[in-house]
Amino acid sequence: MNSLRLSTPLTDEEVSRLRAGDRILLSGIVYTARDAAHQRLAAALAEGTELPFELQGAVIYYVGPCPAPPGAIIGSAGPTTSKRMDPFTPLLLARGLKGMIGKGPRSPEVVAAIQRHRAVYLAAVGGVGALISSYIRSQEIIAYPELGPEAVRRLEIADFPVIVAIDSQGRDLYQTGRLAYRCQSGERGGTYESK
Amino acid sequence: MREIPAELVATEVARLCQEANYTLGAEMLSALQAAKQQEQSPLGQEILGLLLENAQVAADRRLPLCQDTGLAVVFVEIGQEVQIIGGGLTEAINRGVRQGYREGYLRCSVVSPLEPRVNTGDNTPAVIWYDLVPGSRLRIVVMPKGGGSENMGAAVMLEPSAGQAGVCRFVLETVDRAGANPCPPLVVGVGIGGNLEKAAYLAKHALLRPLGNAHPDPAIARLERELLTEINCLGIGPQGLGGRVTALAVHIETVPTHIASLPVAVNLSCHCFRHREVEL
Repeated sequence: MNSLRLSTPLTDEEVSRLRAGDRILLSGIVYTARDAAHQRLAAALAEGTELPFELQGAVIYYVGPCPAPPGAIIGSAGPTTSKRMDPFTPLLLARGLKGMIGKGPRSPEVVAAIQRHRAVYLAAVGGVGALISSYIRSQEIIAYPELGPEAVRRLEIADFPVIVAIDSQGRDLYQTGRLAYRCQSGERGGTYESK
Repeated sequence: MREIPAELVATEVARLCQEANYTLGAEMLSALQAAKQQEQSPLGQEILGLLLENAQVAADRRLPLCQDTGLAVVFVEIGQEVQIIGGGLTEAINRGVRQGYREGYLRCSVVSPLEPRVNTGDNTPAVIWYDLVPGSRLRIVVMPKGGGSENMGAAVMLEPSAGQAGVCRFVLETVDRAGANPCPPLVVGVGIGGNLEKAAYLAKHALLRPLGNAHPDPAIARLERELLTEINCLGIGPQGLGGRVTALAVHIETVPTHIASLPVAVNLSCHCFRHREVEL
C-alpha cells in the first residue's frame, strides 16, 4: 500500500484528511514522553508553568530509547504501550497536541478527545526498535534528564513509517481490524464466545 | 564437588543478556516466516515482514531488537555437586546483569515500585529462580522480559468444578483482554495446578520450551492445539490491528494441586521471544 508523506508540526487540515488504516511516512520534529514525563507535563500544566516544548501542532512519541552505542545517534527506539498515557492525553489535546505515536488501543475518553480536538493517533510497530532507530536523525534531551530513559527528548525523524490507528473522526483501527478478522461462531470450536 | 567460579557465572550472564536482546532464535524466525505466509490481513503481513527485517537489523548492528530490554528473569538449575567459589551465586548473577546491560547499551528499566519510582540504574535486581537438581552441571537461562507483555499476564484461583473448560475460558479471556498491548504475535505460557505462586511460575517457565515442541502428554498437547486455534480466531492479529495470527504457540505446564483448588496463570511473551542459555 502507498504511503503518504507528512511533516510535523501537523495542521488541522492535514490531520482531517487522514483515515484510519492509512500508512504514513512521518518526518520532522517529535517529542518523546512516557509515563513519568506525562506526570511532569500534567503537573506543569496544573501549576501554569511553562512546558519544555510548544504543544501547538506537536507530536508526542511514547518511547524510552536504549542508550546510543558508540557511533550511533540513538539506541533501539520503538513505541511503548499508549494506554498508560490515557489519563493525561485529553488535557494535552485540549492544549494543542495534534498527534501521538505509540502502540495499542486508547480509552473511549481519548478517542473522543482525538475527535473533539481534531487530532490523530499513529501506531508504530512495537518491538522493532532497532529498525526504528534508523529513521531518527538526531536526539537531544530537553527536559527531566534525571528520568533517564523517560526524559523528554527532541527527535528529528525522517520517513518514519506509522499507521493511522485512530483518525480525527474517531475511527479506530484497533476495533475495526479485530472485528474484520474475528472468526464467526461456525468457524471455530465454539468453546469461547467473547463479549 | 565440582567448583565453578562466580566470576565465570557473571561473565556468562552478561553475555546471555546481550545475546538474548540482540538476536532472535532460529525457530522464532521460521515461525514468523510461516506466520507471514499464513496471515490473511495485508497489514498483518506487512507487520510480520517488519518484524523479520528488524531481527536482521538488530543482529547485523548488534542493537537490541526492542528498546524494552526487559527485567532480567534468570532460571538456574544447579547440580547438587556444584560449589560456587569466589563469591555468592546470586551476587554473581546480578553482577552479570549489571555488566551486560551497561556494556551492551541495553536500557535500564528497573525502578522502586512505589513513588518516586527511582531507577536502580543498572537493571538489577534480576528475578532469579533456583532449581536444585542431581549432578554437577550448572544451567543458566536468561530471559529479558518486557513490561508490555508482562503487564497483560494474569492468574486466577478457579473452583475445581470449572474444569478444563474454565481453564480455556480464562486463557482466552486473558489473551482477548490483552489485545494489542503485549505485542502479538504471542507465545502464550499457561501454568495449571500447584497453588497461586506455583501456577504463575509454571506459566513463565512454560515459555522456555523450544518453540513448536508439543507437550509430551498427548491430552495436554491437544489442549495446546485447541487453545492456539481459538486464540487465532479472536481476530487480534499482528500488533492487534486485525488478523489471523495472534499467537504462534501455546505452552502449558501442569502440576498436581489441592483438592479444593484449580489455579491457572497465563504469562504472555511478545514476538521478541528471547532467551538464551548456557550449561557450565
